[in-house]
Amino acid sequence: MGTPAIEVQAVSKRYVLGREAHRSWTFRDDLVARLTGWKKGAEARARRELWALEDVSFDVAPGEAIALIGRNGAGKSTALKIMSRITHPTSGRVIVRGRVGSLLEVGTGFHPELTGRENVFMNGAILGMSRAEIVSKFDEIVAFSGLERFIDTPVKRYSSGMQMRLAFSVAAHLDPEVMLVDEVLAVGDQEFQNKCFGRMSEIGREGRTVVFISHNMGAVKRLCSRSVLLNGGRVIADGPTPEVMQTYFDLIVPNEEATLADTSGPRLVSWSVDSPDAGTGHAVMSGDKCSFSFVANIPRELRHVHAKLELYSSDGILAMATSSMGPDGSFTDLREGRAEVIVDLPSLPVTPGLYQLHLSLIQRGEGTIESWHVQPGLRVLDDRPIEEDFRNVGLLNLDARTTLRSGIDGPAEPSA
Amino acid sequence: MTQVTVMEAPQRWPRPRPSTFWRHRELLGFLIQRNIKVRYRQTFVGVAWSILQPLTIMIVFTIVFGRVAKIPSDGIPYPVFVLAGLLPWSYFANSVTLTSQSMLGNASLITKVYFPRILLPASTVLTPLVDFAVSLLLLFVLLPVYGVGFHLTILLLPVLFLALVLTAFSISVWLAAINVRYRDVGFVVPVLLQLWLFLTPVIYPGRLVPDGTLRVVYSLNPMVGIVELFRWALAGGPAPGAFLLSSGIVVLALLSTGWVYFLRTEQTFADVI
Repeated sequence: MGTPAIEVQAVSKRYVLGREAHRSWTFRDDLVARLTGWKKGAEARARRELWALEDVSFDVAPGEAIALIGRNGAGKSTALKIMSRITHPTSGRVIVRGRVGSLLEVGTGFHPELTGRENVFMNGAILGMSRAEIVSKFDEIVAFSGLERFIDTPVKRYSSGMQMRLAFSVAAHLDPEVMLVDEVLAVGDQEFQNKCFGRMSEIGREGRTVVFISHNMGAVKRLCSRSVLLNGGRVIADGPTPEVMQTYFDLIVPNEEATLADTSGPRLVSWSVDSPDAGTGHAVMSGDKCSFSFVANIPRELRHVHAKLELYSSDGILAMATSSMGPDGSFTDLREGRAEVIVDLPSLPVTPGLYQLHLSLIQRGEGTIESWHVQPGLRVLDDRPIEEDFRNVGLLNLDARTTLRSGIDGPAEPSA
Repeated sequence: MTQVTVMEAPQRWPRPRPSTFWRHRELLGFLIQRNIKVRYRQTFVGVAWSILQPLTIMIVFTIVFGRVAKIPSDGIPYPVFVLAGLLPWSYFANSVTLTSQSMLGNASLITKVYFPRILLPASTVLTPLVDFAVSLLLLFVLLPVYGVGFHLTILLLPVLFLALVLTAFSISVWLAAINVRYRDVGFVVPVLLQLWLFLTPVIYPGRLVPDGTLRVVYSLNPMVGIVELFRWALAGGPAPGAFLLSSGIVVLALLSTGWVYFLRTEQTFADVI
């Protein structure tokens, strides 16, 4: 094996906040920032900084398929962006050996005015294929995407799923030695997703190196034998996928002692959920209207805070997030004593199972000051008969009505 | 041979490499093609605009500046005089306008896939090519109509065009890079170009500018040499002489500094855009 295909050496990446958030940063803003920056000094500057990655190191051997896992904002995408040369690290070094093919996030760099065909050539060229290479693979690419009929239609008329299919098809036929994929398998129908899985494992088997980011733990398990867990921009676990995944789940639901240990800060006292069918407790009927209540002890006055609630499935998929900060961006001042967070949901249409609740308090200018992995977790129940159990897969439990009809007009087409 | 990519902290003094264009010539070709296709696909009358626009401007300028203001035109009929100047000027103005937006317009590409970003302004700078060619045809029709013959100097046209493209590029590469951080550029460019037109010998001959300090300052405008050069080659005006030298120096200075500035800021484009 010898030299690794990818070496990530002590990589750190700093973002300066505010600047990125401004859609239209003007010269005047910079002038003002510079003048005020001089006054406030380094402290103000430090507050606007965010270290997306801190001293991250790992190697990937040629032909190895690894997954980067972690919560949103853990630094996974930033790491992938550095590996694919889109952005530079602030310090440290990444060495990639071999031709890189990358597919980052949803959206593809297609030009809406151009046809699918023109975009395949364009995209191929951008990804580093020569015209001859694209010509020789064109039919295969189009066949894989299943978009033969629309290939001469401008891409602006495509659905986002269609665009993603075409983008994945181009990237998958690039013959890259190193393939970087970020959460693209979340789109498209099940059939196409299966096709992508197939293609990705094929790429893995062909001895190519794959770095894969996904919140879909099933996909990670199937594709990658090794995982690297990032949290807060640092590597906290690196090893066989099942073990790293366990660490990840422990991270989402840490044990109770840790939550109780620190008594100086705000403390979560109790929680309950109230719904018409299941009453008050820690369980709710799937699809029911419900109201959550969390009571916290606030030892000191807290100004300008908002509360955020996240709901995670047992696979670690973020199913829902909500915050007390209204659309106007309002914060609340909490007096010393008890505070209550109330979350009303007109319905909670998730599949039955155990869910994790993650509650945090966020203070203006400070970020998250306290977060709790609420214990016990939320149990979502179902009253459907056992025969319909196959509906209890996926994340959503919607009242879908699917029928299969026979005898539709027209002759049967001969199968190809 | 395995391709090895190293990503490190942004460099302070990145080195411009002209070989970039050669190594990525296919992508450059695709991008040029794409820009031209996109520019003309959506327009209803398509290429007709490219005739209509210079024609109307020429007529208006001829009436206002030629007839009413009676601006001298070096013995060339004023319509031909002004069109020969408008030809490089319009290309320059269109090119700079489009290219200064070329990074923002391709933000989705920049944040998703790597390729040398300099290819974006480099491919956009050629987009108004079709307009240029059509205006040139218009001029070729008007030359005999106004009894101005064709000069052998017309054979220099490809070289002149290259000089024009380089000039547009040297300005645009600065603006495109600055525009990523400061969106003010979008507002400044139209105003800048409007003023610039009057500082360039399009509607009047360059010799009207008095000798001395004023003339030296005037000749720092690289478009002075370019416009005079085009008019000399196409319609037989006086040879541009000293203007050429100053234009050349200014363009080279802008180009080399602009390129370095672009490469330096390029390393943070994806974080800022």
